[in-house]
Amino acid sequence: MAKRRVAIVGTGQTNHKSHRPDVNGQELIHEAVVRALQDAELSINDIDAIIIGNMDHFEGINYVDCWSIDGSGGYHKPIMKLTTGGTTGSTLAIGGYHLVASGMFDKVLVIGWEKNSESDTTGAITTAFDPIWDRLVFAGAISGLAVEAQSYMAKYGATDKDGARVSVRDRKHACNNPYAQLRKEVTLEEVLASPMLADPIHLLDVCPRTDGACAVVMASEDCAATITSTPDWIWATANRHTYSYLGDVNWGELDSIADASKELFKKSGINEPRKQINVIEMYQPYSLAGIIWIEDMGIIPRGKGAEYIWSGATDMGGELPINPSGGVIACNPIGATGLIRCAEAAMQVMGKAEGRQVPDVNFAVSTGFGGCMWTDMILHGKNKPNL
Amino acid sequence: MDAAIIGIGMTTIEKNKIACNYADLAWEAVNKALADASITIDDIDNVITTSSDFWDGRTISCMAVGDACAVRHKNCSAVEGDGTFGAAYGLSRTLSGDYKTTLVTAHSKGSESISSIITNAAFDPIYERSLGLDMISASAIQAKQYMNVTGTTSEQLALVSCKNHKNAKDNPYAQLPMDITVNDVLNSEMIAEPLHKLDCSPVSDGCCAIIIANADFVKKVKAKPVWIKGVAFCSDAYFMGDRDLTKTIALENAAKKAYVMAGITNPENEIDIAEIYDAFTYQELMWIEGLGLAEYGNAGKLLEKGIFNRDGKLPVNPSGGLLSGHPVIAAGLYRIAEIVLQIRGEAGARQVNAKRGIAHGVNGICGQSHCVWVLDKEK
Repeated sequence: MAKRRVAIVGTGQTNHKSHRPDVNGQELIHEAVVRALQDAELSINDIDAIIIGNMDHFEGINYVDCWSIDGSGGYHKPIMKLTTGGTTGSTLAIGGYHLVASGMFDKVLVIGWEKNSESDTTGAITTAFDPIWDRLVFAGAISGLAVEAQSYMAKYGATDKDGARVSVRDRKHACNNPYAQLRKEVTLEEVLASPMLADPIHLLDVCPRTDGACAVVMASEDCAATITSTPDWIWATANRHTYSYLGDVNWGELDSIADASKELFKKSGINEPRKQINVIEMYQPYSLAGIIWIEDMGIIPRGKGAEYIWSGATDMGGELPINPSGGVIACNPIGATGLIRCAEAAMQVMGKAEGRQVPDVNFAVSTGFGGCMWTDMILHGKNKPNL
Repeated sequence: MDAAIIGIGMTTIEKNKIACNYADLAWEAVNKALADASITIDDIDNVITTSSDFWDGRTISCMAVGDACAVRHKNCSAVEGDGTFGAAYGLSRTLSGDYKTTLVTAHSKGSESISSIITNAAFDPIYERSLGLDMISASAIQAKQYMNVTGTTSEQLALVSCKNHKNAKDNPYAQLPMDITVNDVLNSEMIAEPLHKLDCSPVSDGCCAIIIANADFVKKVKAKPVWIKGVAFCSDAYFMGDRDLTKTIALENAAKKAYVMAGITNPENEIDIAEIYDAFTYQELMWIEGLGLAEYGNAGKLLEKGIFNRDGKLPVNPSGGLLSGHPVIAAGLYRIAEIVLQIRGEAGARQVNAKRGIAHGVNGICGQSHCVWVLDKEK
């Protein structure tokens, strides 16, 4: 089958805040779309199709693809909606890639958004799980994350202090990102002294609720060449939505990111991820995941994640900076969050990340997390991928 | 396009499949589709499920069918909206060259839903929702306008219902096979002027699955392929007040694009069969016109001449359509599956003579967004 190369040629984000009462949903979307089009120096007329997503029950709007038209610019265009929970943003990015790679469209606008200020986030997330077996046991997102953290800690002896180090890193990085919601450095002591939400997760270990949108323009190889001299090439995508029931999860290891990483790296010939990947934008909703998941990705041997984090290797200026944007702990408009990871990784490859730029990025990885411990992954590269 | 549908599976459409949860429905449809294609789940390398958090009353509604669709060790994604849109994304994944086979499912249990509240949530929360608009009341406004502008009559609308419910008598999957008369329709309860109860599709449960494969894979399997010749989708404006509800511009755009892809210049003569999203009787007529299968305002008259009957020149909804069973999110995918059966010559008692057909799905209120598929016996 004919394959086409696909590149990201423009990105745009809103200024993310806990509450954006100055805009409605369509206006929030519009803000990100205009910025992405400006970044790519395109007009909405250049866009062949739109793919959009969020989580319905946060804003309570049905048929968001249809509703969004005045903000997304989808008037008399093909538009479809994808939604997979926390992974929605990364699912959208993978969707945009396939719509272009298929040859059906040359230029696709990908939009993720959320107005969490209008939602009962935990109430809505609780309804994701099986009403008989899972719903009464696991409330919202944080309970599952705490189970993961406890399982890992029991196995490898990590502590909430190790987690706090990750939080200190991400919150420091966020200070370099003008779009991030929470831009304030914290100390280890402050993280550990913050209220315990679900043992071992403290308030400062976990992501906030955010209003925000992100838009990304993807183009075929021929079109990309006319749009930018520094496209971000999508080398490969892989995902695993491994489980339907929380009771089935292999707690303490994230099977989905382990399996997806293997596939992603195999597809693109990455055999030493720690050396070959220059930066990771990880959908890491709480701090200890930043230790557990780099082990699952095969970057660091099992049980060695905390040591690696403490060494400073994942800080800006380190061997493998993770979350130069500040990541999800600093900003989490859920339906946009995974797409922001993708956009931030693209900016790193394109050299557009300004104050949070990692030097000489050849390969970047962006991830999405959500659902029932699910993972989406994209490998971004400076050079054209082999077909 | 180098892709074909090699397998389909449908559950029966029923008012209340109380014994089945979403996973049970998907399990049945997926296994039927695999058996139909004479392949196993190991031959499937990626999965698209189609569902709606609103209709299912669950956040991340795709999660409920993940196990049943065997996504565990595969790449997968989820579309929200009509199944034709889910299938369009599934097609793109096959055409991308990343995958050889895409399993697409769509499910809905209307029996567990409250349609008026769910569809009211599709309207603008500030300007429209508090008016009490829902799918039926909005459609009634559109029906009235369409009838006023085109002169289409209530009797013509009723004939759509008679035709489709009669067709359903030969469809073992249909929920409402019935012999009814125009008077039965006109005398049925007035739901929202001008729509009587028998002008409206029922509340239904069901799940449909299809398997899309690339040309290389098609050569390797025994299944009879039905080739995908054209797929396009397009949306109109959102606010009802911003649209001319009597027109079907988005559908015309989608259809034209799909026809160009398929090399069709004269759809009225070049298409043998159409399965159309007839959520209400008037919609079948409007969509027939939007699809270029009749002149604007003329579908009602052609219907009276029997053109769209199963033995007519252009059979429309020989399955009985949505009027005979409407599992919301799955409805468009059922249309695709029906066209596949017809083109393969395996539609049983509802079989018509067809080599090329179109399937059609809708998202949103009053046909805001349409998806059109052209399927063909030949590559």
